[in-house]
Amino acid sequence: MVGAIHELPIKGWIDTKGVKMGARISIPVRRIDAKEKAGGWTKYIGDYQFKNLQHGRFLRSERARAKIIEIKKPDFPEGYYYIDASDIPSSGKNNIQMIKDDWRVFAVSDVKYIGETIAVILGPDKQKVLDLLNRIEVIYEDLVPAFTFDDALSCKGGAVYGDNNIFSEYLLNVGNVDNAFKDAVKIVEGKYETGFQEHLYMETQGLVGAWEDEKITIYASSQCPFYIRKSVAVTLGVPVEDIRVRQTTTGGAFGGKEHFPDVIATPLAVAVNKVKKPVAMIYDRIEDISFTSKRHPSKITIKTGLDKSNNIIAMDIDTLVNGGAYESSTTIVLQRAILHGIGVYNIPNARIRGRAVATNTFPSDAYRGFGAPQGLFAIEMHMSHVADELGLDSSDFRRKHFIKTNDITITNAKMHDDVKLPEMFEKIDEMSDYSSKVKEFANDPVKGIGIAFVNHGGGFTGNGEQAIIKGVVKMKRLEGGKAGLYVSVVEMGQGLQTTMRKIAAKELGLDYEDIVYDNPDTDIVPDSGPTCASRSIMVVGFLVQECAKKLKAKWNEGVGVEAEDVYKHPDGLVWEQETLQGDAYPSYGWGINVIEVEFDPVTYEVKTTGIWAVWDIGVAIDETIMQGQSSGGVIQALGYASIEKCELKNGTFMQHTMADYTIPTSLDFPKVETCFIDNPYKYGPSGAKGAGELVFDAAPPAYAEAVQNAIGKRIYDIPVTPEMIMEALK
Amino acid sequence: MKEIKFILNGKEVSVKADPLKRLLDVLREDEKMTGVKEGCGEGECGACAVLKDGVLVNSCMIPLGAAEGSEIVTPEGIRETDKGKCIIDAFGDAGAVQCGFCTPGMMMATEALLTINNKPDESEIREALSGNLCRCTGYDLIVKGVQIASERGKDLW
Ligand code: FES
Ligand code: FES
Repeated sequence: MVGAIHELPIKGWIDTKGVKMGARISIPVRRIDAKEKAGGWTKYIGDYQFKNLQHGRFLRSERARAKIIEIKKPDFPEGYYYIDASDIPSSGKNNIQMIKDDWRVFAVSDVKYIGETIAVILGPDKQKVLDLLNRIEVIYEDLVPAFTFDDALSCKGGAVYGDNNIFSEYLLNVGNVDNAFKDAVKIVEGKYETGFQEHLYMETQGLVGAWEDEKITIYASSQCPFYIRKSVAVTLGVPVEDIRVRQTTTGGAFGGKEHFPDVIATPLAVAVNKVKKPVAMIYDRIEDISFTSKRHPSKITIKTGLDKSNNIIAMDIDTLVNGGAYESSTTIVLQRAILHGIGVYNIPNARIRGRAVATNTFPSDAYRGFGAPQGLFAIEMHMSHVADELGLDSSDFRRKHFIKTNDITITNAKMHDDVKLPEMFEKIDEMSDYSSKVKEFANDPVKGIGIAFVNHGGGFTGNGEQAIIKGVVKMKRLEGGKAGLYVSVVEMGQGLQTTMRKIAAKELGLDYEDIVYDNPDTDIVPDSGPTCASRSIMVVGFLVQECAKKLKAKWNEGVGVEAEDVYKHPDGLVWEQETLQGDAYPSYGWGINVIEVEFDPVTYEVKTTGIWAVWDIGVAIDETIMQGQSSGGVIQALGYASIEKCELKNGTFMQHTMADYTIPTSLDFPKVETCFIDNPYKYGPSGAKGAGELVFDAAPPAYAEAVQNAIGKRIYDIPVTPEMIMEALK
Repeated sequence: MKEIKFILNGKEVSVKADPLKRLLDVLREDEKMTGVKEGCGEGECGACAVLKDGVLVNSCMIPLGAAEGSEIVTPEGIRETDKGKCIIDAFGDAGAVQCGFCTPGMMMATEALLTINNKPDESEIREALSGNLCRCTGYDLIVKGVQIASERGKDLW
């Protein structure tokens, strides 16, 4: 039985002033932050005025791998400073405490990638700071750098990390792969590659460190205020309570402001600790594109064995991701890539070897999807290629292998979700006319259509929510019939300021505008964990719902009464972190995209002529906000799949500006036709599951398959550029 | 350093600065018009969009000297007018605003479009917004916001 399938209110709009959150939470409201943002009232980090503000710039490595022999500095005028590792207090350390703490706050004696922080130069006048920076000369002795997967695996120039350049390695196995391959009547193999991707949030990275009330306060455009607090405290060697972090309204993040602000905040805090004045570290766009983390490039090889009836009986996958010079979150990204490695399929015998390698490239880090888009691109393209090899319809072939409720996953656990992919396929087929177009375009020389099926695990992997995060939320009854909501997850464009209010308001029977929820300040809110991993609504939102119930029960005790809720892992889930065995995620979002394209045989340009998306995100907390996520995620993913090329040459990104790293404009893609199906999740607020990353996952393989069908040649890599098509057609 | 006069949001202002200083910096730093955002500083993103003598321009590409004697309108100059309110409300109801960093620039582009064409179709809207980048929305709901503004604001433009 399909849950209620409802279209979005595409036509017209709803004036929601004064609407109480009724039984159906999904009915859209006007975003609480819309007016202030649209009119330019909202302040972002660069819009605040700080008294006596100093401007900081980083002295960065210009070499990918080298010894630092000498740093020649000009005389610094009074009030201008050169801050480096020697300014870290003796109680602190020169490490950035992220998931791993290997990334150094300041490079000392050697450098490992182009852009590595060596020092902070600061002073009252921006231009003078730049002049000083330009007059500093660093003398290097070059070493042999490693950039590619091959360089890393062969330890070119000696290992960058450990003795083999492998940050981490996993082996997942279900069934008996070697035996099954013996029975295979046909074997198909393919190698799939994805590149770097720049986040290109419209607001660049920016933090201001200030010395207030005898303590360091960091104002940050960021996803995770408590991550910054922890890393700064460790670097300075002080208790976390001595550091205050206040999130400023964040102009887009997409994972780029999950850990990377720590890389800015730690040297910044060392500087503020020394000069005791406010210091701004706000990147300009060229710095931001050139010297921030990107999505992990991947190289994935898949070998599939089939029986006589064209059923997949075995699959062997080898996954590599490039973590760059420091590990940071790379191991967790690798985990997600392999945990999504066989996609939405039931493969009885499957094995995935995953390795994250070290190179002398800018450290890769979090980006919407966190490894899943790479794994899903490879498996979806491969399934398409296997079908092609067998002369079968690509979607029929994939649908035949769909995982079902209670089937065994790659981590040897049962799939607990109520999997509605078949119904979702029917829906998208009806919306897009996919099946008839497949036939219609089969012999068309320029048109193509592609489809992709994905899922995305919500929240931290395994029992991470319980073992590592232990999220806490608080609420309080305020004057005037209002309630305060205290959480550490942030609004970064995804709508949290509105959706969280809706969740709380629904339980309390209040108007969503009567919930007070400010940008998090670590001195005020409890640690509900970071804003990432599609966890904010599903995990923290559920805590908010439960907390609101508690507050409601105590409401009559009067103004000031408080309630708190702490994360509790859903019953019956098991997880073994070392071996990645058990229930990898408490639940999954599911999705299907269909993309239609037309290519120009003269210029090799591809024009997208139709985009359709069907999602199972449990229940949408707000349909308009979710439509915005769907359109935004799909278009960002289509950029990744088509035009967003970020090339590395001798350790430097070749793209430095928005003119050479181009993202989709309003003209590049048509409207994303979106539909959500209801499939409530027991442990999500009003049944909602994670959604922010899922919406990125399906478009790249759907697009690549569409192009491959249009040009009649298989596609293995993204971005699919006109040059690549020309090459393929040669 | 030179004293340069221009009209800003209907009031004459005079700024003493290097005529090569970017209008964007003059607006943000000297005039505290922080509704004007810097997204790229190279004329690519439209976050710094303002109207110069009624024409949509990127203020990061305009040296102060070139603004002499002209009429400059920033988001602050239209957000409280009937047209500005109409656009802001329409953006709010359409769900056009996510992180909001591009949105004031989108409002300026919408104002410029509706002034010359108060009943644009989807492709005209997409064309008019094509100089303004948005990384969050995928543009669909901004396009819808412009449609709503044009429907509701029939008599305004
Ligand atoms: S800041 Fe002016 S166009 Fe981007
Ligand atoms: S809303 Fe974030 S860039 Fe447009």
